Amino acid sequence: MKVTQISVFMENKNGRLAEITKLLASKNISLRAVTIADTADFGILRLIVKEPDRTRDVLLEAGFTARETDVLAVAMEDKPGALADVMELFEKNNVNIEYLYSILAGKGDKADIVFRVEDLERGQILLKQNGYDRPLDL
Amino acid sequence: MTVYTPEEIEYLDRQALEALQLLRLKRVITQALATPFYKERLGGVGIKHPEDLKSLDDLKKIPFTTKDDLRDTYPYGLLAVDKKEVVRMHASSGTTGKPTVIYYGRDDLDRWTGLTYRSLKACGCDSEDVFQNMMTYGLFTGGLGLHYGAEELGMFVIPSSGGNTRRQFMLMKDFETTVVHATPSYMLHLYSQMENMGIELSDLKLEKALIGAEPHSEDLRRKIETLFGIDAYNSYGLSEMNGPSVAFECVEKSGMHLWEDAYCIEILDRDSMEPLEDGEIGELVLTNLIRHASPILRYRTKDLTRIIPGSCACGRTSRRIDRITGRTDDMLIINGVNVFPSQIEEVVMKVPEAGNNYRIVVRKKGTLDVLIVELEIGPEILSDDTRDLYALKGRLVDALKASISIKPVVELHEPGQLPVQEGKAIRVVDERGNLY
Repeated sequence: MKVTQISVFMENKNGRLAEITKLLASKNISLRAVTIADTADFGILRLIVKEPDRTRDVLLEAGFTARETDVLAVAMEDKPGALADVMELFEKNNVNIEYLYSILAGKGDKADIVFRVEDLERGQILLKQNGYDRPLDL
Repeated sequence: MTVYTPEEIEYLDRQALEALQLLRLKRVITQALATPFYKERLGGVGIKHPEDLKSLDDLKKIPFTTKDDLRDTYPYGLLAVDKKEVVRMHASSGTTGKPTVIYYGRDDLDRWTGLTYRSLKACGCDSEDVFQNMMTYGLFTGGLGLHYGAEELGMFVIPSSGGNTRRQFMLMKDFETTVVHATPSYMLHLYSQMENMGIELSDLKLEKALIGAEPHSEDLRRKIETLFGIDAYNSYGLSEMNGPSVAFECVEKSGMHLWEDAYCIEILDRDSMEPLEDGEIGELVLTNLIRHASPILRYRTKDLTRIIPGSCACGRTSRRIDRITGRTDDMLIINGVNVFPSQIEEVVMKVPEAGNNYRIVVRKKGTLDVLIVELEIGPEILSDDTRDLYALKGRLVDALKASISIKPVVELHEPGQLPVQEGKAIRVVDERGNLY
């Protein structure tokens, strides 16, 4: 379901990621998902955490450029074809996916995938209607 | 009055030269009085008629004209003739917004061509030469300026304009170019590309390079001469004073003759604006004596140089100025194009999502200059979508290209990564070292 993702702007410079993770560690912030959108010039680090507001503030205070973005986190069966079912659902209903990534260490028989979709509202309703409405356990 | 042949004019004694200057100055004052701008300026110092100017010394009464004056009177405020008399305009960078525009009537162009003809001849060019003009043709005066003088001299002119190095080499080789006109950095660029493009020095018939439009040292001139095995001659000009051939080196290569029958030279202390002795470095202030459509009196070039004392071995009597040793303002010269940091700031401020923290860096990439605009990405402009950030970069590159005619590299940076000195952000960093 809808969760808040933290996006952090990073220059392509040695040690930036190490600095960020060290900062978050010092504030006892545990990462549930982490991914980087990498371009030739810069990167955007995307994080899922338990306390997004606090995480954003920690980053901003340390001088990083961070903002919150809404994404959809979908808990699905951890079995072949589960992701294909969700993709088909989105595709049939014209919900465009900008990117997706998985949440670290699935719990039990569930796998969690984060989707960034163009029409968040529509995506959310669609998931609910199709039984993908288990709240994410962070 | 005495009528001189063009050749005689180059060798006039001081007295005759000054008499000619006064005569031409009065003519230009007549033109200036036809513009509301100068009518008021000159009226303010008691010049209501050209005959109110009794001697060349009276020029000092006239207030300076600045680039800002040209911008403020844009587009037609300094046009002294009916628009139908104008046959061409040129323009150069303003400090912000509008460019500074210069108009030429038929006779103005002919007189300017007379100077470019004279300059080419002075450095030994003749009708046997094949002249490849690698300066940009367009609003910039560098290309068209020398073009007509070269035709007048009977040179075989190849108007190749700037860029496209592979084609430049092809033309140089196939048409046996003997003289090129280019910026010093483009000459170095050509050399650096020779091996890459399969060109040997022996494929070329090059004898001379006329170099200008950007500052360069004597060492750089020698380097160009040695690399190509040619002679390189220094050229100085600015559109406010017509364009190239305000001052040009003769075969002696001992400073640039500033054609005094066409321009009144003053070298003034950069702080007090008081006149300096020959040999002392100060701001070059010029009055155009030969352009009637756009009269410009006592123009502050913001270029620093000195008059070289003594006479030249060539016998020409126009005094020589030294190579430009610096600027009194923050103007940058990037691959021969004049750019003011204020122009860049204006563009950055107009792209609201660009924020307002930026830095301008100029550095050498190989032999050419590259302009980098580093932009800080704050939380308010951060998008989670990399495409949005690329689109922002693209918009900024396009807007800057439109404004300053140079395609910059826009880099996105995290806040606080741009260096700050004593609490004040450094806006401009020129990493090219000592250019002058």
